[in-house]
Amino acid sequence: MAAITFNLNGTNKTVDVPAEMPLLWVLRDTLAMTGTKFGCGMALCGACTVHIEGTPTRSCVTQASSVSGKKVTTIEGLGGNHPVQRAWIESDVPQCGYCQSGQIMTAAALVAKTKSPTDADIDEAMRGNICRCGTYQSIRKAIHLAATLQGGRA
Amino acid sequence: MNRRHFLQTTATTAGGLVLGFHLGKGEAEAQTAGAELNAFISVTPDNMVTLQIHKSEMGQGVVTSISQILADEADVDWSRFRTEFPGVKPVYGAPMMGTYGSLSIRGSHASLRKTAAQAREMLMQAAATRWNVPVTQVRTENSNVINTATNAKLTYGALAADAAKVPVPANPTLKTAAQFKLIGTSPKRLDTPAKVNGTAPFGMDYKMPGMLYAAIERCPVFEGKVKTFDGTKAKAMPGVKEVFSIGHGVAVVATNTWAALQAKKAVTITWDEGPRAGNSTPGLRKMFADLAATPGQSAQNSGNVDQALAGAAKTLEAVYEAPYLSHAPMEPLNATVLVTDTKCDVWVGTQIQTVAMQAAAAATGLKEDQVAIHTLYLGGGFGRRGGEDYIHEAVEVAKHMKGTPVKTVWSREDDLQHDTYRPMSYTKFRAGLDAEGWPVALHARIVSPPFGQPGVQTEGIRDMKYAIPNFRCEQHSPDVGIPVSYWRSVGYSQNTPFMESFIDEMAAATNKDPLEFRRKLLANQPRMLAVLNLAAEKAGWGKPLPAGRFRGIAVVSNIGSYNAQVAEVSVTAGKVKVHKIVCAVDCGVVVNPAIVVQQIESGIVYGLGPALKHGITLDKGRVTNTNFNSYDPTRIDETPQIEVHIVPSTANPGGTGEASTPATPPAVFNAIYAATKKRIRMLPAKAADLA
Repeated sequence: MAAITFNLNGTNKTVDVPAEMPLLWVLRDTLAMTGTKFGCGMALCGACTVHIEGTPTRSCVTQASSVSGKKVTTIEGLGGNHPVQRAWIESDVPQCGYCQSGQIMTAAALVAKTKSPTDADIDEAMRGNICRCGTYQSIRKAIHLAATLQGGRA
Repeated sequence: MNRRHFLQTTATTAGGLVLGFHLGKGEAEAQTAGAELNAFISVTPDNMVTLQIHKSEMGQGVVTSISQILADEADVDWSRFRTEFPGVKPVYGAPMMGTYGSLSIRGSHASLRKTAAQAREMLMQAAATRWNVPVTQVRTENSNVINTATNAKLTYGALAADAAKVPVPANPTLKTAAQFKLIGTSPKRLDTPAKVNGTAPFGMDYKMPGMLYAAIERCPVFEGKVKTFDGTKAKAMPGVKEVFSIGHGVAVVATNTWAALQAKKAVTITWDEGPRAGNSTPGLRKMFADLAATPGQSAQNSGNVDQALAGAAKTLEAVYEAPYLSHAPMEPLNATVLVTDTKCDVWVGTQIQTVAMQAAAAATGLKEDQVAIHTLYLGGGFGRRGGEDYIHEAVEVAKHMKGTPVKTVWSREDDLQHDTYRPMSYTKFRAGLDAEGWPVALHARIVSPPFGQPGVQTEGIRDMKYAIPNFRCEQHSPDVGIPVSYWRSVGYSQNTPFMESFIDEMAAATNKDPLEFRRKLLANQPRMLAVLNLAAEKAGWGKPLPAGRFRGIAVVSNIGSYNAQVAEVSVTAGKVKVHKIVCAVDCGVVVNPAIVVQQIESGIVYGLGPALKHGITLDKGRVTNTNFNSYDPTRIDETPQIEVHIVPSTANPGGTGEASTPATPPAVFNAIYAATKKRIRMLPAKAADLA
């Protein structure tokens, strides 16, 4: 066990967990932050995506010790009024909804970096996030809307 | 009454609804206090209406669409109500309370409207009595009853206690279509906000004080059992509390999910692999092919197929094969269970609450009325969450840990390797064409493992709608010991791809246009024709395409709906790119058009997986697929532009959740044929078959 301190959604947290425990389970089981989802455990589906220092990262393969001293943002930390979340609501993207935290975190990182993403940019950024309900067409539409909402060039 | 933990929607001033999660017993019961007008509608004095959603929300939008039906017919204020998922009661579904067969709307629409109209008339009667006026002098609007002579108003909340005592009207007056305010419209989904901010409570997210986490290492061969095991090493790992056998596997209970998932791999287990260790995909294919060479049990027989085939100007023969498929919902299976001497509580995303209750009763030895099923959101169902297996074993684990709540979690590997699969299938067709190329005979012999209700193995062929005068469908049902069950669109998921590809083969045999060929054979099927024509028209069938692009068409009728699709594809060096799918659907009366479009799009993307990407394979009795790297679902860059066109209809509602999955693979395959002159007769289409 190791005491690990990191910044979670703006607040410092210290957890006493095995150093190699994936961040996903630290968030979900230790800190009861269940918005970040378990889908595959091997960085193959993107359901567990969080931001570490702003970079979208698969928390299921990120060892707890590696986030020591770093800034971690989860879906709960996006605030609810983020342009991507507003666009998701406007477009009624989710169906079952289970993958959507990860989709939104990946999309938020995309529109932060690429102000007006093309469909090709979207496909490239989002292809690591699986949605078994097949909401992809709505996701594309919502990302374009999010870019507009955040003031990206048309 | 059962203690209920429930999802609750709370009204916001913006008209949106925020989902909350209420854990405390006192709080939960306080929220449900108020007058119950019937099993679906209750009202508290503050005029908050609670609607019971008796179907599971697995993405298909039932919380919203059922609320629309109830709120419209009962004139409930759409900005001020909440919803709950109730426990098991016959009124919510008998003999099965559950969500399957795309039945949520088509199966409940009429009874929900009646129930809501009864509640409205009871409230009107209570108001009329209060005002001492005839009931004809009152009307309802936005959770109020209004005196039409005086404009006086009483809230439903003020009237509910009296209304609950009014005799239930046997034949309430239903609204006419012109009076609907919500039915037929697309308000925002009620579950969206919580699914966008991370607060939507899925089964996986359920937590209780003192809860432990379990994972199970199951015998890799179906029907196998634990012979011996040594849990010493696992038990010494941090966080591990217990290691024990549950017969078909070894359970590890720990203080967190990761510890349980890690430790289960550290258990040394000797398996009794049982009788199924010889199963392999090549072996099963051979066995199915051998069976297909012999006559099967008759599923349909009209005319005289043998005679017609013998007299045909031209005959065709083809074999189609499809592999086992996994459902692979995004949320791995899980269930949280607390067992005591007198009670078993299960918090779970289940499609069939009655099955869950029966499984818990069987696993504990308790009576069914000592079991409480608390339904949470399902992170996808697709048929998988109708099973009892994951609930039964989670209850067994919790029974071992009596008094402690335990959440049993499946890994993705567990999910893919221990699914109840869409069965493998091997189907042999023979067709006879007359001198003009029109079919006079069709013979289909289907080999596919048995499950479920009679007829599900052959649906999609046995009940085909084409006018072919001599038709015989036979089946072989080998039970090969691989668990099989319902998978989105069930028998149609493999039989429609086969049937619609073979119809295309018949058309191609004499160079007939595949659309015209179908039109002629469906001349007496107006709803089939209508979707076929609409899809063709919207897709510009027959009009020029960009170089390298080709179209294919397919049509199906299942779950009370009609669906036609035109796929537009290109094939480059064996690689298929689906550019566009244009779909027409007739699902009768539509409650929420936006949700219908979502469901149709969803079913198409779900159908693209088995068309082009994945299948389950077996070796030495074991599933060889392990995770999304070897069972890779359709991704965003593989998803075509999808257009959905709804046929306006006043017919009874049909299903939508499973309506579009069957026609997607054959529309794509028929387009691949147009592009390459190669038939995809073994799913999924592989580059090697097309290069």
